[in-house]
Amino acid sequence: MQHRIAEFFVGLLFGVGLIVAGMTDPSKVLGFLDLAGNWDPSLAFVMGGGILVGLGAFATAKKRTTTFFGGAMHLPTSTDIDKRLIGGGLLFGAGWGLAGFCPGPAIVSLGAGQPKAAAFVAAMLVGMAVFETIERIQARKSAGAH
Amino acid sequence: MTIDWNHFTPWASLAGGILLGLASAIFILVNGRILGISGIVGGLLRPKAGDAGWRISFVLGMLAAPLLYVLVAGPVPATIDAGWGTVVLAGLMVGVGTRYGSGCTSGHGVCGLSRLSPRSLAATLAFMGAGFAMVFVMRHILA
Repeated sequence: MQHRIAEFFVGLLFGVGLIVAGMTDPSKVLGFLDLAGNWDPSLAFVMGGGILVGLGAFATAKKRTTTFFGGAMHLPTSTDIDKRLIGGGLLFGAGWGLAGFCPGPAIVSLGAGQPKAAAFVAAMLVGMAVFETIERIQARKSAGAH
Repeated sequence: MTIDWNHFTPWASLAGGILLGLASAIFILVNGRILGISGIVGGLLRPKAGDAGWRISFVLGMLAAPLLYVLVAGPVPATIDAGWGTVVLAGLMVGVGTRYGSGCTSGHGVCGLSRLSPRSLAATLAFMGAGFAMVFVMRHILA
């Protein structure tokens, strides 16, 4: 139960961070992505601030095999730079540029009662579900073919 | 390119970024997990036994964030110019893209770059590049 409360507060901290940073305002996000227009460089400071703190934390995490409370450390092991990674990134970035929402800020904006954020999150969940269904069907087909 | 000084908020954005970094740091060091929103939410669609609770708690915390912000600081600013159809299309693209590419702005952008992952750097360059390109097309070619 303490864990569930801790996770709630990390989510809360992350959500407040997104609002303070300006990430939950699509017009601000699009102002950052509009290099050729009247460019608002603010969001570069978001990534800068995050990495400033994250560098020390992840350097520490890499040296450990367990968390501070003795739990398992789940660091990603994949190092492949393949067409899935790049193709997925391109599709995600195009969607991000289209409406100015990425997953975290959209969920926070849903909490703020934005109807369009709710529509975005619903469509995002449909997209994730459709993708995962296709993946499973293909995995089953290739398993059957061997 | 001109700089939009009227909307430039370096200190607020830096402070917000530091909060995102802190949340990511607590998550990896205490929970042992990468704080990636698309992965956390995507994992809820077909959760394995015992794997849903922490995801739900985290998402509830995110949903509660605007309530806390409103109480302390006032209204959450948001100007959404995109129409309903565009919002839905964008949501579908983001849903498929983040799962196909194994992450989004949080998992690849903040956490991946913080742990100096070349894979996450490639993903971040791809989604940033596509975001810049999409806005260029929408605002300077189609508009």
